[in-house]
Amino acid sequence: MIHYFTSHFATLRLEFWPLLVGGLASGFIYSMVAIGYTLVYGVLRLINFAHSEIFMSGGFASLFLLRAVVGNSQPSGFESVLLVGLGVLAGAVAGGLVAVLVERVAYRPLRRRRAPALAYLISAIGASYFLFNLAGKEFGRNYYTLPILFINRPVFSIFGASVQLYYLVVAGAGAAMLVLLDRVVAKSRLGRGIRAVAQDAETASLMGVNIDRTIVLTFLIGGALGGAAAFLYGIQSGVIYTMGFTPALKAFTAAVLGGIGNIRGAVLGGLLLGVVESLSVAFVSGAYIDVVAFSVLVAVLLFRPTGILGERLGRAA
Amino acid sequence: MPRWLKHKALGRFFSLALAMAVVELVTGPPGSNETPTAGFSGSFGEKVSFFGLFPVPRIVQFLAFTVIIYFLISLWRSYGDRLRDGVRSLTERPRAVANKGSVRWGVAAALVVIGALLPRFVTDPFWQTAMVEQIAVYVLLALGLNVVVGFAGLLDLGFVAFYAVGAYATAWVTGALPLPPLFGVHLNPFFAIPIAIFLAMLAGVLLGTPTLRLRGDYLAIVTLGFGEIIFLFVDNLNGITGGSAGSGQVPHFSVDVGPLKYVWGLAPVPYYYLTLAFVILFVVAFSLLEHSRVGRSWTAIREDEVAAESLGINPLKYKVMAFSIGAASAGFAGVVTAAQTNFVNPSVFTIYFSINILVLVIFGGMGSIAGAVVGAVVIQTVSMYLIHTPPAGYQPQDLYIYLGALLIIMMIFRPSGLVPSKRRQREIGLAESGQGHMDEVLTGDVP
Repeated sequence: MIHYFTSHFATLRLEFWPLLVGGLASGFIYSMVAIGYTLVYGVLRLINFAHSEIFMSGGFASLFLLRAVVGNSQPSGFESVLLVGLGVLAGAVAGGLVAVLVERVAYRPLRRRRAPALAYLISAIGASYFLFNLAGKEFGRNYYTLPILFINRPVFSIFGASVQLYYLVVAGAGAAMLVLLDRVVAKSRLGRGIRAVAQDAETASLMGVNIDRTIVLTFLIGGALGGAAAFLYGIQSGVIYTMGFTPALKAFTAAVLGGIGNIRGAVLGGLLLGVVESLSVAFVSGAYIDVVAFSVLVAVLLFRPTGILGERLGRAA
Repeated sequence: MPRWLKHKALGRFFSLALAMAVVELVTGPPGSNETPTAGFSGSFGEKVSFFGLFPVPRIVQFLAFTVIIYFLISLWRSYGDRLRDGVRSLTERPRAVANKGSVRWGVAAALVVIGALLPRFVTDPFWQTAMVEQIAVYVLLALGLNVVVGFAGLLDLGFVAFYAVGAYATAWVTGALPLPPLFGVHLNPFFAIPIAIFLAMLAGVLLGTPTLRLRGDYLAIVTLGFGEIIFLFVDNLNGITGGSAGSGQVPHFSVDVGPLKYVWGLAPVPYYYLTLAFVILFVVAFSLLEHSRVGRSWTAIREDEVAAESLGINPLKYKVMAFSIGAASAGFAGVVTAAQTNFVNPSVFTIYFSINILVLVIFGGMGSIAGAVVGAVVIQTVSMYLIHTPPAGYQPQDLYIYLGALLIIMMIFRPSGLVPSKRRQREIGLAESGQGHMDEVLTGDVP
């Protein structure tokens, strides 16, 4: 037993920096998806079970758009930057649209009727199953690879760990969108609306906040981030109709880890989960890697259900 | 937005057209990785026979249906209430009669007789096998999940775990797993029944004790993850479960007591009777349970946990009980499946399966035993029919598109299900009129 740990810690020591770098990159993706859960939870007190399919739709949108644009060419330099931007945009637009559609079809009719929470969960699960199986039917059930947008190569190294271009793209795009979101929620009129609804929907509506519109926009923003994240995820992992399930479960874990309803908590939780998961490669075999994230979820829910930063619904950040 | 777009009737027409377009897409031909647009172009461009008259592209059919259905909806909006009242006054007497206790028992007895005679009329081997593997077993599973979701109000998305425990327990004690069997002897599956049910119930307690402290939505996602993890373990522990290849040679049931010798063979009908007997057993047991002290405690917890706790009901204890009792019938279903198909294989025990069972319970009616049975029989029969005679362009996985849509439709139009439990219906009604505390969602302006 002791030998098990000493030998694994030796691997961990050797591989620490490369694993950390990789973990942070996937952490950014989890953070972006986690925002979607946290925002919707903030205004509706509900877990959006269909968020995994909002993610998936972003992946497919960027895939098909980039296929059409790139064709057989091999982009380089400024072209690559533009194409990555285009991919993020396509993912965000599709994710946002599908999120709004899910709100319209699966949530709003229930909200009108003040349905019990169980009904929302069930209809969201229905939406999720409907969407990803429809995608499987329309687009086939095998993996797609995104066209090559840039040649992945080590750019620089820290402590002997080479940082690849892909990681930089993910971190750059992810950080930019997260900062933008943080500012929008903290400063803009819409952000104030979202926070007001999260604090007290009834009072907010008396103060002139259009609740329906705020909820739709919340879904739109969360969906856009999730869709964009799907593009970044798809660059490395490909696109398939079931691609949403695992990242979404992990992102949910991240949202709970940071404190659900708390935007900065979701970012922190995502990065933390990415790193923890990546470092755990030293201890568990690849087949059980998903079990790690899930064990984190169960542990957090049991021992600190409010997460690291605490549930802070409706605060500026 | 331009003004004419906000016009109500036009808005309804557009919503309907959008919904119809989705229907055309769902029922249209599939695409593939090589031709991802084929599904879309085929769904609207493919020629179909228009009411058996002449071939038209699907888009014409789609427009025609949209107009027809819009017309019907308009009719319903003007005359629907009158029609509904008419139907209600006609069914008032039969309903009152049907609600009498003696009549209900009579109907139940008649259903048992029909169930027992069914194999005489259904002689097609496909349907005979389906009756056991896809209908009777699913009825058992729906009955079990109904205890968890319907009686106790806990959304369990990993119900398949208990079914897997039952199946693998059977394989284990009969010596079909790489893991050496219990006591070193290969038992007859009959002895596996109590062991499998016990292990499934134990699994219910083990999974339930930590997770059932969580709120409803967290519970759903955690059980979802547990279902997935059970799959991962079963799939990867080659030395114990046989890994992804599964393991065969689970023996059939057999009886060998003195003069009574009988082996359940490959023929499905004997299995049908065996399963039917257990279905009846579970139906009776769960009905008695529903109106017992335990059942009333579940209702209390479901309706208002805080109030229930203040009356001395320990919510965790009763929730764990629901988990474990629900697991019992799933465990038994696992025994039947393992023995009847002679083998266990992880590919069955996926999250899809849990969702499938959930649909049966939701469709039939949460908290209604009759609903669970009706839901399972109706949906599984339809899904088997789709496999038996698939419409053009139908692939087996497409079933989940329909099931997903069904969940949304049920939640919007009839949340209490096809054969509603009266109590549940009343709860939902109360929650919707703003009374009661059935974990309502408070956000949103209600017109």
